[in-house]
Amino acid sequence: MFESLSERLSGIFDGLKRRGALKEADVEAALREIRVALLEADVALPVVKDFIDGVKEQAVGQNVLRSVTPGQMVVKIVHDALVEMLSPADPEGAGLAIHGNPPQAILMVGLQGSGKTTTSAKIAKRLVERDKKRVLMASLDVYRPAAQQQLQVLGKQTGVPVMTPVLGEQPVAIANRAMETGRREGYDVVILDTAGRLALDQEMMTEVINVRMAAVPSEVLLVADAMTGQDAVNLAKEFNDRVGITGIVLTRVDGDGRGGAALSMRQVTGKPIKLMGTGEGVDAIDGFDANRVAGSILGMGDVVGLVEKAAQVVEQEDAEKLAKKMMKGQFTLEDMGEQFKQLRKMGSLDGILGMLPGAAKVKNAFDQHNVDDKMIARQEAIILSMTPKERRNPKEINGSRRKRIAAGSGTSVPEVNRLLKQHRQMADMMKKVGKKGGLKGLMGGMPPGMMPPGMPR
Amino acid sequence: MAEESQGWLARLRSGLAKSADRVGGAISDVFTKRKLDQAALDELEEILIRGDLGVATAARLTTALAKGRFDKEVTDGEVREALADEIAALLAPVAKPLVVDGGPRPFVLLVCGVNGSGKTTTIGKLAAQYKAQGKSVLLAAGDTFRAAAIEQLQVWGERTDCPVIARAQGADPAGLAFDAVRDARDQGHDIVIIDTAGRLQNKKDLMAELEKVVRVIKKQDATAPHACLLVMDATIGQNAHAQVEAFKDAVEVTGLVMTKLDGSAKGGVVVALAEKFGLPVHAVGVGEGIDDLKPFEARSFARSLMGLDG
Repeated sequence: MFESLSERLSGIFDGLKRRGALKEADVEAALREIRVALLEADVALPVVKDFIDGVKEQAVGQNVLRSVTPGQMVVKIVHDALVEMLSPADPEGAGLAIHGNPPQAILMVGLQGSGKTTTSAKIAKRLVERDKKRVLMASLDVYRPAAQQQLQVLGKQTGVPVMTPVLGEQPVAIANRAMETGRREGYDVVILDTAGRLALDQEMMTEVINVRMAAVPSEVLLVADAMTGQDAVNLAKEFNDRVGITGIVLTRVDGDGRGGAALSMRQVTGKPIKLMGTGEGVDAIDGFDANRVAGSILGMGDVVGLVEKAAQVVEQEDAEKLAKKMMKGQFTLEDMGEQFKQLRKMGSLDGILGMLPGAAKVKNAFDQHNVDDKMIARQEAIILSMTPKERRNPKEINGSRRKRIAAGSGTSVPEVNRLLKQHRQMADMMKKVGKKGGLKGLMGGMPPGMMPPGMPR
Repeated sequence: MAEESQGWLARLRSGLAKSADRVGGAISDVFTKRKLDQAALDELEEILIRGDLGVATAARLTTALAKGRFDKEVTDGEVREALADEIAALLAPVAKPLVVDGGPRPFVLLVCGVNGSGKTTTIGKLAAQYKAQGKSVLLAAGDTFRAAAIEQLQVWGERTDCPVIARAQGADPAGLAFDAVRDARDQGHDIVIIDTAGRLQNKKDLMAELEKVVRVIKKQDATAPHACLLVMDATIGQNAHAQVEAFKDAVEVTGLVMTKLDGSAKGGVVVALAEKFGLPVHAVGVGEGIDDLKPFEARSFARSLMGLDG
């Protein structure tokens, strides 16, 4: 629906493909579009302004990597700045603080419908399974019909004990009873799920402040919907100022919202985003992934990924050197191993193919031939289990060497045979094509899994 | 509770007060009395963006404002009034209450939306309204996914004295909807309101499930559902566009309900939605009480948004 940022930017940068350093005018033109993109992604306006100013300073004068356009380069700089802003200042602060004398309380706060109760259960399950904690949950939501029952059901689903509600008991009393039970029965963590409330509602805010004073939680987590609009700044600020939060949990990150609220809330509170909800199941919670959220805010993870990869992967010259070597028929197993390494460095095959326009066909071909990441890893392992001499001179590899290589790489002799055969076919083909003087049509005839990256077209 | 109904506008206004202070206050800062030049227009546009109206709508409104006023001395009051008028004009065509009277019987009302938007609460409030009008209402607990969603609707059923048809958690919502429409007809109810599980609009399988609910309802009554409400949280931002689009594609949404307008969120996105989709806004949720569902009034909403009195 929204014109994608890449479309906007390509308009601006069509005229200026490939230049040296980024000029101020280029940067400004790109940043105007990025400003709109950030606003459409629901990043709050004051945050957008600060951000754009910071990026401008960074971007002017930067060198444009080869093989990317200035526009793509600016996007990459913006993306990196977003990731930096979204990431916690102190990596230690990324996890939940549940140290100290048990039981430690985690207090969940937020607006109605932000996902507090579901998130409570997800966090409980995560603490039980990953951190081996004994967790107790209690619902302090005495207002919404069946809210306490909802936590009971989720407790059953996750196998986490939940305090049995007592009719008419008030939130502070429930918190006290839960902490007392936690102490008496030796729980490590007590998760207190509160009712949804507006920061504007004095009475409800007073209530949650009282709960906070009673339970002395080590974490007060603001649960907020990733789809929140411009109001995210006010919401986060109010909760932080009034109740004092220690972190943010972003929910519904699996939606197609762009998640700009994350940046606003992080910026205005200075508190880390600790976790994110990624689906409806009780397991669907992850540590906060700044890259993922930055990508969706900009709506162009594709370009960013390509620029990153372009920067990492072999320089063009290396690739050309290799191509020459191949055409002479001097394609050794060492070269083949190098290809695998580069392929793997670029990430998963699906990921790489997903980034390239029109890659669906290639992907189908790969699927048909059972080429996947695992297979490449296995083939690389086989090559790595050879001696340098063997790699340079495959003919030396006799039966007993094959057995050794198979054992060393955790594969089997037939697999080693297959790899050697593939290498031979490939080397032959290179020689043939080299003689004919062209690499066109090579791809089609190549055995599966053998497509070397960086090959000149 | 009786005085509340006359004072809903006041309540909406006090709910919006903070946001209106922010928007209105910001406008005051820009225009105590100054020239309406490009810089002033840019600032104005930003203020509207901050109200979630979206970049495109904000730009159009400021352009409209500039017409005939550009480079002239203007006051804060004039700017607010003019903007409120523009917004009211945009909203007036969509401010339409849901009409059930004179419609088919049973009137089948399907309620959908993303998770946490306030579907079940809205249904409770709707049931209370219809009940107060002397209609008999059947509620169908079609959110068979979320823990205790069924119980939540049952509590609303008790509060409003409406029967609730429910099945176990995890049951097929389409089958339940089928039975609900049949029971409503057999038992002679005026209205049947069918709840559905919250679903994010980009989940294809869940949207397909919703389409199936509609398909199956049509087997009971080919003209049903007679209304399909999309419930939306006023705090959401520009994703509202994607929500309306996806739900409209899946189930022919006939109208919107904006909930949680009692917060500091301005619900400004409704202006952009009105411009783009023209779907009726049937009601707004302004609080947690059973009577806190009110008709959407374009003029007062626009004026509240701009921090102006009635």
